[in-house]
Amino acid sequence: MIERTPLLNTATYAVLILGALSVFVPLWLVYVGATLTVREINIPELHLFPGDHLIENLQAAWARGHLGGRLANSLIMSLGVATGKVVMSAITAFGLVYFRFPGRMLIFWLIFITLMLPLEVRIVPTYAVAANTLWPFQSILDATGLSTVVATITGAQVALEWNLLNSYTGLILPLIATATGTFLYRQFFLTVPDELLEAARMDGAGPFRFLTEFLIPLSRANMAALFTIMFLYAWNQYLWPLLATPDRAGFGTTSVVELKMLAPTVSTNGGGTPDWNVAMAGCLIVMLPPLLLVAFMQRYFVRGLIATEK
Amino acid sequence: MEKRATFSKTSVGVMFVLPQILLVFTFFYWPTGAALYWAFTLERPWGGGNEWVGLDNFRQVFADRAYWGSISRSIIFAGATSFLSMGFGLLLAVACDRGLKFYQAFRTVFVWPYAVVAPAAALAFRFIFAPEAGIFSALVKSNHEFWNPAQNGYHAMTMIIICYSWKYAAYCFIFFLAALQSIPRSVIEASALDGAGVLRRVRDIQLPLITPTFFFLLVISITDSFQDSFGIVDVMTDGGPAKATEFMVYKIYFDGFRGLDYSGAAAQSIVLMFLMMVLTFFQFRFIERRIHYS
Repeated sequence: MIERTPLLNTATYAVLILGALSVFVPLWLVYVGATLTVREINIPELHLFPGDHLIENLQAAWARGHLGGRLANSLIMSLGVATGKVVMSAITAFGLVYFRFPGRMLIFWLIFITLMLPLEVRIVPTYAVAANTLWPFQSILDATGLSTVVATITGAQVALEWNLLNSYTGLILPLIATATGTFLYRQFFLTVPDELLEAARMDGAGPFRFLTEFLIPLSRANMAALFTIMFLYAWNQYLWPLLATPDRAGFGTTSVVELKMLAPTVSTNGGGTPDWNVAMAGCLIVMLPPLLLVAFMQRYFVRGLIATEK
Repeated sequence: MEKRATFSKTSVGVMFVLPQILLVFTFFYWPTGAALYWAFTLERPWGGGNEWVGLDNFRQVFADRAYWGSISRSIIFAGATSFLSMGFGLLLAVACDRGLKFYQAFRTVFVWPYAVVAPAAALAFRFIFAPEAGIFSALVKSNHEFWNPAQNGYHAMTMIIICYSWKYAAYCFIFFLAALQSIPRSVIEASALDGAGVLRRVRDIQLPLITPTFFFLLVISITDSFQDSFGIVDVMTDGGPAKATEFMVYKIYFDGFRGLDYSGAAAQSIVLMFLMMVLTFFQFRFIERRIHYS
């Protein structure tokens, strides 16, 4: 709009520049921290100018935090969650929108309700399920008396056990068990014109063919958005990986959980001053992958964020 | 809304939905059910299953002053972070929405904090606010009382609130900007022709039109502050000093996994679930209004 408001424009730029500074300054301080030596960083003054020990600190953080393996764990987990979510959401929404079967609405609501309660609030029993994923099924068998039937017939005790702790499956599955993407896909499938299905059927396409060759290509933008959001969501996870990977020496954990080990708190080593330069170097390394993803995928990221939260 | 044209094979349809059902049953409904069961029972000390105790666990939890402390801290935290992150998010979104030169560059930058992993942001701010090495270190050197989040609960809380708001202002910014940009240009042009200046349009046209987004974000920030604060608290303060930053989820984690009090933790989970459901219910109502507006 063409208006002459020099004073207001100056004020607007002042707000924008102050906003940008409050984003940059903390990141800059982290970067500066990562370039100093332990002695330099513990001099009590404001450190505004970088030193020249960045590479050493990065190497120290990499070695101390076992970041190679940890980052690989983070990457596998995030890719797994993002892919799993995209695939699972697509097929579930497809089943719910394009088929009629008894109990369809019930299933719809059962899945819908999962949006209400995030993993954090049911964390203790979820941990118990991950420790033995077949526990629910064992209980059902016991309760219905089927396990006694099996025991008397075959003489073998039914003891189902499948421990998911310290495994990628255990890290990934509980994070996929929500409805976030299912609704995104459902909304999208509902906007696809009915004529498309009629035409496809006339040409002899079955359900599977219709999904893979019509709907999935059409929903490519949605898919990219959902994938970006879910990747970030998984990379960001802290409480679940913290609990699901007790075997730190063997399986390890994710890079985000490992960060705390670089700057221990009272509960982990009785406090004391951490090596801030190494901690900040580790912080930079762990921060980088999601920042790059968002920088490159910003359009999809913003779109996905707004669509999934609706 | 329903589809007119569908596939007729029921069994194939069920097959598509089945994996999700299994997953949701195992990792959502079963744990939620187990939390309910544990909340109303108590494990017998010598083994042999759980004993039904009715509301005893809840009575115990609510009689615990530490629990009320964690609730009030969670509420203070939710209020402070929602106020700060929504305030700054809105201010920056309105500034960006004016569409002045270079606004795209600012828009890109303002989204970044949301992409910074919460525990990494926590570690960064813990360093920035560290009394021995951070921005206050020079002042702390002359006066030790000036800033010490490791000993002073108020300082620790302030530090956590600033860190969380820094990250979530970006989130609010994204939603506010999207809402502002979805206001039809014609409405704004019409009011400009009527002689309304920029600030008048913001106050009387743009802000009223985005109230639905405002309420939506308010509920989302409150519920998110309950669940997403865990990583930040754990990295920054461990819930300390002297439980000054122990929020509800942190207490559940602490009682459940460090204290091994499954029943107490389960009762707390149920209370939190109830709170979340009430808030989500409000959110759905506001979403209805949001659709109504657009």
